[in-house]
Amino acid sequence: MCSLCGVLLNESWAEQGGDRRARALRLRLMNRVLAHFGLRLDEWAGRVYVLRDRTGRTAVVEDLGAIWREAEQLAGRPLDPLDPEFLLRLA
Amino acid sequence: MTGFLGSGKTTLISRLLGHPDMGETAVIVNELGEIGIDHHLLRRVDERTVLLRSGCVCCTLRGDLADELRDLLSRRERGEIPPFRRVVIETTGLADPAPVVYTLLSEPVVRHHYSLETVVATVDAVHGLRHDQSVKQVAIADTLVVTKGDLVETAPVVGRLEQLNPTAEVIEASFGDVEPAQLFARPARDPRDVVPSGQEHEDGIRAVCLFLDDELDWTAFGVWLTMLLQARGEDVLRVKGLLNVGAEGPLLVNGVQHAVHPPEHLDAWADDDRRSRMVFIGRRFDGEELERSLAAFNRLAAN
Repeated sequence: MCSLCGVLLNESWAEQGGDRRARALRLRLMNRVLAHFGLRLDEWAGRVYVLRDRTGRTAVVEDLGAIWREAEQLAGRPLDPLDPEFLLRLA
Repeated sequence: MTGFLGSGKTTLISRLLGHPDMGETAVIVNELGEIGIDHHLLRRVDERTVLLRSGCVCCTLRGDLADELRDLLSRRERGEIPPFRRVVIETTGLADPAPVVYTLLSEPVVRHHYSLETVVATVDAVHGLRHDQSVKQVAIADTLVVTKGDLVETAPVVGRLEQLNPTAEVIEASFGDVEPAQLFARPARDPRDVVPSGQEHEDGIRAVCLFLDDELDWTAFGVWLTMLLQARGEDVLRVKGLLNVGAEGPLLVNGVQHAVHPPEHLDAWADDDRRSRMVFIGRRFDGEELERSLAAFNRLAAN
C-alpha cells in the first residue's frame, strides 16, 4: 500500500487480484528494470522476494513497494523511472 | 474534513451533523466545544503520530486516530454506543492530511473495517491558499468547499482551485450551508473534462494530465507507479485517474503521496473514448516525461 513502508503491509495495492501469470510477468518486468541498476530479484517460496546485488548482498522483501526501497539501499542511489538516460537504456 | 485555520471547517461539520441524512454518524475532532451541538458520538483525540522507520512524513501513522477508530468498533460491538455507519474526522487546520489518509488505508484493523469515502477541504474565499499546508489540503481533497462567499467575490479562488486540483468538485457554501449529498457518494470527475492550465503555484505545485491511447498493462502500471512513488513520492501529492486495462469498464486509481487506495473496477466507460487518463498533482515533473516513462514500461510488458 505504501511504497516506503510496504513492509508493514501484507499486500500491496499493485499486487491485488493477480494470479500466478501476473506474478511471473511482474517478476520479469522488475528484473528488466532492476538489471539497469545491477540488481536481480528472485521469488522465494512463492511468497517473498529476494533482492541481490552483484557483490552478493541480499535483502528479503515482501511486496512491490518494499522492493523499491531496498533496491535504492542496495544500489546506493535513487531508482528514478523518469530519468531520460534510464528510459533510453530500457527501450 | 480538512481546511486551514478559520476556513469554516467546524461550521460546516456542525451544519452537516444537524442534517437528517447524517444520522448514525460518529465524529472525531481535535477540539471539543467548537462543534456547537450536542452530539452523542462526538470524540476528541490528541494528535499523536508514529513516525515509521522509513522516516517519510506522509507515511506517519496517526496512532491516536487508529486507536479511536478501533475503540469505536469495539464499543459499538459491546452495545456501549449507538450504531454508526459513518465517521467524520476533522483534522486540525495546520495538520498535514496525508497521514490521516495513510492511516485509513494501511493500518491493518482500520482498513478492514472502514473505507475512506471522501476527503473534503474547506477554503475561505477571503484568504484563499495562504499556506503550504492549505495547498496540500487542496491537492488531496475530492471535494472543495469555498466558504465566506458572502464577503468577497469567489471567482478568483474557485479558478485557482480548479487549476490546482482539477479532479475535485468545487462547491460554494456560505455559513456551512451544504447538503450531505453534495459531499458524499459523488462519482469521480473525469480528468478528460478538465484541462489544467499548467500554471504553477508559487512553490512549483501544479496539476498535469496524462493520456495514453494504448491499452495499459495493469502489472506494468503497478511496477511503474510503485517505482515512481518511491523515487518521487515527496513530490507527487496526488494521483487520480481512469485506466483502460482491457476490462469492460475503467479502473479507478486514486493515491495520496505514498498511500494508494485499492484500485476499483467501474462497470462501464461514459462513452467511446477509452483512453487511459490521469491527473498528477505535484512538483518537479511534467506530463510529457510521465507519459514517456509509463509508455516505456507498458511496452516492456508487451515484448
